[in-house]
Amino acid sequence: MALITAFDEMKGLDGQVRPAYAALSQWLAEVRPEVLDFRRKEAELLFRRIGITFAVYGEAEATERLIPFDVIPRILAAKEWDTLQRGLEQRVKALNLYLKDIYGKREVLKAGIVPEDLVFQNPVFRPEMNGQKVPHDIYLHIAGIDVVRVDADTFYVLEDNARTPSGVSYMLENREIMLRLFPELFSRHRVAPVENYPDELLATLKSVAPDVASGDPTVVLLTPGVFNSAYYEHSFLADKLGVELVEGGDLFVKGGIVYMRTTQGPKRVDVIYRRIDDDFLDPLSFRPDSALGVAGLMSAYQAGNVTLANAVGTGIADDKAIYSYMPEVLKFYLGEEPILKNVPTWRCREPDHLAYVLDHLEELVVKEVHGSGGYGMLIGPTADKAQIAAFRIRLKLNPRNFIAQPTLALSTCPTCVEAGVAPRHVDLRPFVLTGRDRIRIVPGGLTRVALKQGSLVVNSSQGGGTKDTWVLDR
Amino acid sequence: MRILISHQTVYRYERPPTGVIQTLRLTPRNHDGQYVVGWRIDVSENCHLAPHEDAFGNITHVFSAEGPFDELRVLVEGEVETQDTGGVVRGAVERFPPSLFLRETPLTEVSPAIADFARETKTSDDVLSILHALLTRLHADVAYDESPTLVTTTAAESFALKRGVCQDLTHIFIAASRSLGIPARYIGGHFRRADGVANQEAGHAWAEAFVPDLGWVAFDPANKISATDSHIRVAVGLDYLGAAPVRGTRYGGGSEAMEVAVTVNQSGQQTQS
Amino acid sequence: MLSRTADNLYWLARYVERAEYLARILEATQRLTAMPLAYTGETNEWESAVATAGCSAAFFSHHKEANEETVTDFLAFSPSNPSSIRNCFEVARHNARSVRTALTMEMWEAINGTWLELKRFGNKSSSREEFLRFLQWVQGSSLRFDGSAYRTMLRNDAYWFSRLGVYLERADNTARILDVKYHLLLPPQEHVGGPLDYFQWSSILRSVSALTAYHWVYRDSLKPWLVADLLILNEQMPRSLASCYENLVQNLDRIAGAYGRQGPAQRQARTIRTRLQNARMEGIFQQGLHEFIGEFIDDNNRLGAAVNQQYLA
Repeated sequence: MALITAFDEMKGLDGQVRPAYAALSQWLAEVRPEVLDFRRKEAELLFRRIGITFAVYGEAEATERLIPFDVIPRILAAKEWDTLQRGLEQRVKALNLYLKDIYGKREVLKAGIVPEDLVFQNPVFRPEMNGQKVPHDIYLHIAGIDVVRVDADTFYVLEDNARTPSGVSYMLENREIMLRLFPELFSRHRVAPVENYPDELLATLKSVAPDVASGDPTVVLLTPGVFNSAYYEHSFLADKLGVELVEGGDLFVKGGIVYMRTTQGPKRVDVIYRRIDDDFLDPLSFRPDSALGVAGLMSAYQAGNVTLANAVGTGIADDKAIYSYMPEVLKFYLGEEPILKNVPTWRCREPDHLAYVLDHLEELVVKEVHGSGGYGMLIGPTADKAQIAAFRIRLKLNPRNFIAQPTLALSTCPTCVEAGVAPRHVDLRPFVLTGRDRIRIVPGGLTRVALKQGSLVVNSSQGGGTKDTWVLDR
Repeated sequence: MRILISHQTVYRYERPPTGVIQTLRLTPRNHDGQYVVGWRIDVSENCHLAPHEDAFGNITHVFSAEGPFDELRVLVEGEVETQDTGGVVRGAVERFPPSLFLRETPLTEVSPAIADFARETKTSDDVLSILHALLTRLHADVAYDESPTLVTTTAAESFALKRGVCQDLTHIFIAASRSLGIPARYIGGHFRRADGVANQEAGHAWAEAFVPDLGWVAFDPANKISATDSHIRVAVGLDYLGAAPVRGTRYGGGSEAMEVAVTVNQSGQQTQS
Repeated sequence: MLSRTADNLYWLARYVERAEYLARILEATQRLTAMPLAYTGETNEWESAVATAGCSAAFFSHHKEANEETVTDFLAFSPSNPSSIRNCFEVARHNARSVRTALTMEMWEAINGTWLELKRFGNKSSSREEFLRFLQWVQGSSLRFDGSAYRTMLRNDAYWFSRLGVYLERADNTARILDVKYHLLLPPQEHVGGPLDYFQWSSILRSVSALTAYHWVYRDSLKPWLVADLLILNEQMPRSLASCYENLVQNLDRIAGAYGRQGPAQRQARTIRTRLQNARMEGIFQQGLHEFIGEFIDDNNRLGAAVNQQYLA
């Protein structure tokens, strides 16, 4: 089947340049192709020199690669951002209430809104967190909500990233590099700044310190180490936050309190911005073979002496199996209609949904509920017959493991490609910070772009690139 | 029955460590078939032993001790009064609905062989009969043997070897039950031997499975019986790791040797005051 | 600061220093072996280069014979030698990545740039000329890194720990040259060689980039005991044992001052420094140069262990 024509963020559906893109469109018409190309190479050199790299799983040789950067910015009008921002705040507020409930009174289960087995038998549900109080009842301090756009007015939430969402360093570095390379383009726009993100993050983290912490709490960033794919981001953020970048071995627990080893002896730690998965956090509570974690960390956490951001067990909020229930979950806690819609989703665990999915495999996107990064999924319209047949077998064998969604015509943005400037599909990951005092969102986020023509996969592990995201000031 | 228990774990270090942190799940709680008369924990090093309840309702103690020391001793002893309830466990602390205990863990992963075994054993729809059949067949198929398995051995590995200790048999029982949709969980505790041998090299382990209308019922695959008044229930978990008596880490030092000594005795006389 | 951060900075500096030292030894050896045999004597200079690098045992477990090919490969490129120049830079860059936040941008760019360029040199040099260019590039890279540290780092504990790494490594390196070549540096009455040793002495001085310095300090032709004096006791000479310990004491005192607490590392460094300050070459020759150097190497290692114990573990 033919793909539906995608909405282009610059030229809409009718080819008329939309107001937010007026200046950019004019600039693109003026700029010589070799200048763009030259800037593109310059940007790559800058990235390489600063060392912004990411690791690709399963590639021992090329463990450090650059994510391709596209120099043409993606632009959002003030009004569009306004809607997004309200929608994101609302969604994250609901996610926090949901997490508190799941690990507490379980009212959402009792009300039958989310099926019990999807929670209790879900590997990302952490029994260890049951009945556990977390400081200030905040579970989800840092969320990355993936949003896609299908027309002038409709944004869908594609996925909630509630564990250790990454990518914010690219948001910051992309802006930094754009400012260096295209000062004249900035002078034609009024772009809302994102550079205050580290400040907002630090304020958020300090605000959620346990009550027992001193007036100026000690925050650290816990990384699995240099071999982690997002290590660059960890060190970048620690640097911008002005906090220690610690590995598991730098921390220890004594008498229910977490300390770090310093050249001047042990120093108490109050807030851990952890970028280690739950499984590896504490060998005494989770995987006993984890060398990345801190023995006894959970006991300090349970004693209320340290804040983990995000809390343990937040995976139960971003699980693909739970995703389709989010609109009802949001209504349940807030009594409001969701501002940002969910992508319509068929749950293959339900027989009538499954029947529909099996009948329409060629037009649907089918995802594994526990997969990530674009792996283990079927994109019906681009798959061949053999792939569909193979997937049909997998799906029938274990329908509970899959959800399906219509193939969305993700919006496109002008992008530098071999042949010049052409539209490519994009998504957006804004970062939402929840502190004790308030929710903070810097205007923008990480725009990911599928560089291959017609491709809908924006993941960096599968050849996606990034763009700077400009939110225009009104 | 009144039962006296003493459970000592001794660590000897090749080189003194600079510190040790441990989580202990060594303290039993009461339920209808079990009343804890007295119980104490003694650690050979100075430390603060704060009790805490884990997610499953087990009483845990976490302690950290500062080295150097050549040896660390953790001793628990106490007295428990038990009653035979025909294996049915009532009045225990329950923090989750039974369906939680359908979760698979790495130690209880259902291998195709275990799934087949479970399917073949299921000759009726009556959950209790299925569980008894599992108990019998497991006891017949998998030999009790201390040599080939470790604490990290999975149900699948042990089942492939057809050998294992009480921990392994329990894991297989749990995996098989869950594969049939019957919630099952791991119990760590002690067992008073009928032959009067009081000295044991380790604690005991068995399983509980959920039977509709009856509740949780305890099955001891190593002894091919339902739990009796000889079973002292200490900790419950999804698998061994969740109910492990001791989980710890040591900082610095060389290798360590661990020695466990357990004695389980019927009280010589019953005294009343 | 985090102990691990201090530890990484310390080793980062040590490895960069070691790479430079290896390059100097290789360059001096190449030069010496290029001369007709009549000028240099019968000794196997490649074997002594391996000994000076402190890795004889490891070398001979991989190679039967020490010659130009095996030694340059082992000391410069070999992945199986943990202290080859290549591995030194690899480890240094790995350490740098682990402590990105403690480095200035300039330092990071210096070490990361070196690492990226290292790949261009590949695993082998096609010619002596190219190898020489490689060795000079190594020395240049080390200078660039050291210079960027000197010019851009805050003068706080991070800087001081990195300096400790530099000076402990440097003292060890100088002592190793002395340990291998001591027999060439004995006073005249014990001296068995002849004027041919001139090239050996100049080669030693080259290994520590002190040939010109020698002439400025002594205004004399090369005398073995003066070479020994320059490398051991002369505080003006940046690679001498005395100068290294002057700097070690200074940096350890700064750390103690900032932390308001001192310990075994400070006491040990002062003891060694005092010994070097009070010593005279005549006395050292009397006691035995070889024994003196052997003892120094042990003391230096002990100081390293004390620093580790007190701050880095």
